[in-house]
Amino acid sequence: MKRRHLHLILTVALIGVLLLVLWWADRHLGEFPLRVARTGAIYVVAAVAYNLVNGITGQFSLGPNGFMALGGYTTALLILPLQQKQFVWFLEPQMWPFNSFSFPWYLFGLALLLAGVVGALGALVVGIPSFRLRGDYLAIATFGFGEIIFVLANNLIPLTNGPLGMKGIPEYASVFWCFGTAIVATLVVSNIANSSFGRAMKAVRDDEVAAEAMGVNVFRTKMLAFVTSGFFGGVAGGLLASLITTISPTLFTFAMTFNLLIIIVLGGLGSITGSVVTGLGFAIMSEVLRVVEAPIDLGPIHIPGVAGMRMVVFSVLLILLMIFYRRGLFGQFELSWDWVLSVLRATRGVRKWKQERKTESS
Amino acid sequence: MEARTQNGVVLTLDHVTIKFGGLVAVNDFCLDIRKGELVGLIGPNGAGKTTVFNIVTGQYAPTSGRVLFEGQDITGWRPDLVAAAGIARTFQNVRLFTGLTVLDNVLVSQHLRLKSSFLSAAFRLPSYAKEDAEARARGMDLLQRVGLADLAREQAGSLPYGQQRRLEIARALATNPRLLLLDEPAAGMNPEETTQLMKFICRIRDEFGLTVFLIEHDMRLVMGICERIRVIDYGVSIAEGTPQEIQSDPGVIAAYLGEEED
Ligand SMILES: Nc1ncnc2c1ncn2[C@@H]1O[C@H](COP(=O)(O)OP(=O)(O)OP(=O)(O)O)[C@@H](O)[C@H]1O
Ligand SMILES: [Mg+2]
Repeated sequence: MKRRHLHLILTVALIGVLLLVLWWADRHLGEFPLRVARTGAIYVVAAVAYNLVNGITGQFSLGPNGFMALGGYTTALLILPLQQKQFVWFLEPQMWPFNSFSFPWYLFGLALLLAGVVGALGALVVGIPSFRLRGDYLAIATFGFGEIIFVLANNLIPLTNGPLGMKGIPEYASVFWCFGTAIVATLVVSNIANSSFGRAMKAVRDDEVAAEAMGVNVFRTKMLAFVTSGFFGGVAGGLLASLITTISPTLFTFAMTFNLLIIIVLGGLGSITGSVVTGLGFAIMSEVLRVVEAPIDLGPIHIPGVAGMRMVVFSVLLILLMIFYRRGLFGQFELSWDWVLSVLRATRGVRKWKQERKTESS
Repeated sequence: MEARTQNGVVLTLDHVTIKFGGLVAVNDFCLDIRKGELVGLIGPNGAGKTTVFNIVTGQYAPTSGRVLFEGQDITGWRPDLVAAAGIARTFQNVRLFTGLTVLDNVLVSQHLRLKSSFLSAAFRLPSYAKEDAEARARGMDLLQRVGLADLAREQAGSLPYGQQRRLEIARALATNPRLLLLDEPAAGMNPEETTQLMKFICRIRDEFGLTVFLIEHDMRLVMGICERIRVIDYGVSIAEGTPQEIQSDPGVIAAYLGEEED
């Protein structure tokens, strides 16, 4: 009981410190690094949620791009100013009711929440038939879902404005919104993972037959993980739409899922800590690796820039990791206060021991 | 509960038959197990013993016949509902949640009794935290009683084989069953471990007020602790009786000799 309170205090303190750092960063860092950081925070939201399904519950989903698309479009439709809506839908009129209202800035949180709800509904629709069937249909169903969303986004012009998408989405996704959401998503997912529901999810991952024989409702357990991930996928999509300020169907292609897959595998399937670290790291690396896409002049040799080269680098990295370090950077390790405290205690013990030895020898 | 139970019968298999394509794995199987009994099911390899268990626990639905638990028809129920009704099992090949700790393995079995909602767990509300702490205390208590408390934080997959078997029984007990099915609990154990296991099974039956139905090839265990033994061969019951009666039954001897000739 006491330990639980200590952990709570430590968590609150850490979040406080984090907010201070963000406040400082927001005022002193330039536009570009902040943009990279915000992108990283959005990756964290999406990756942590994705990991709940693929890592913790052991179900191979390829769906996050579909859920992010649902959330992205939902948010864009809700917060795009009316004037901008008339400007964007110039060929065909926009569909009712979206042509008649627009959320002001202070309802951005509600817009994200609704984006999450739409993402969760999408997960419900895909999850029910996929998990009812015995066997691994989820990968195919979720992949198909992403493709269907892509086709719909391209063709439902009164709703989505087709391939042109929307531009001029207000940039409400500040550092605080992005990191605040990342903190909430990480806390919620780790609460779930460490709860009785999380144990049931891990049991399903390790041995579905045994889990069911011990009274775990396998279908319900998978659905809870999947719908939760659909929710946060939707929220991440909403943040992304507002960060980039324009969306079109190509933003949410399978490449997005591929990025997230790299993040969760690199971080360690099932490790939330890993997803957080690699989510932020991935955003930074994507920028750093831009150099490999730029034309390179090596004296007489001229290498023209190749778009997409970064993905090749990431893919090679992923393959190497799968060959040499299967469990990812963190395996299934989780950073916890218990762990931190035990490490601190251990180092203190070592220091004390060294001191004692010194006084003994002198 | 007792009122529904005729003459204290806990489990009834009523003319149960299951076919896999052309193979009749279990044929017209009938059995009554009374409360508190320790019943053994033996037979040559491939006789259909595990299949009987799988029918009771809902892994397979029988082609025909009925399964009654405490008078209630549970034929074709989903395995998790059967577990919730009060039947727990172990597996012939140990099937632990190898990535979880010993304690977490036992806690999974308590999930079915969780009252808190998913959202209260996601936000770790005090009501959830309280229920979780209670479940942990019960889990540790159980591990203490089966002698695994010292290993609570170890990964289940890293335990030595004998203790994995013991943990599997503990995990089944954690569902709070009234009927326990053990599928070859002594498989892979040395004589010393088997002796311990025999004592362990008798002890938990008394302490937890269980009815036990077990499959076993180790005749010392079967003859040593079972009060009643059923023999099947090719899915058909060929004998039933006390250990003494079974040992001297010519049909049983023939079935086992036949197996050795193969
Ligand atoms: N799902 C299934 N599909 C097809 N055949 C099956 C299935 N399950 C079991 N069988 C067959 O049913 C027969 C009985 O199998 P079962 O596993 O019940 O035998 P057993 O008595 O437990 O044997 P053992 O002592 O080797 O464990 C075997 O011939 C087996 O191949
Ligand atoms: Mg068997």
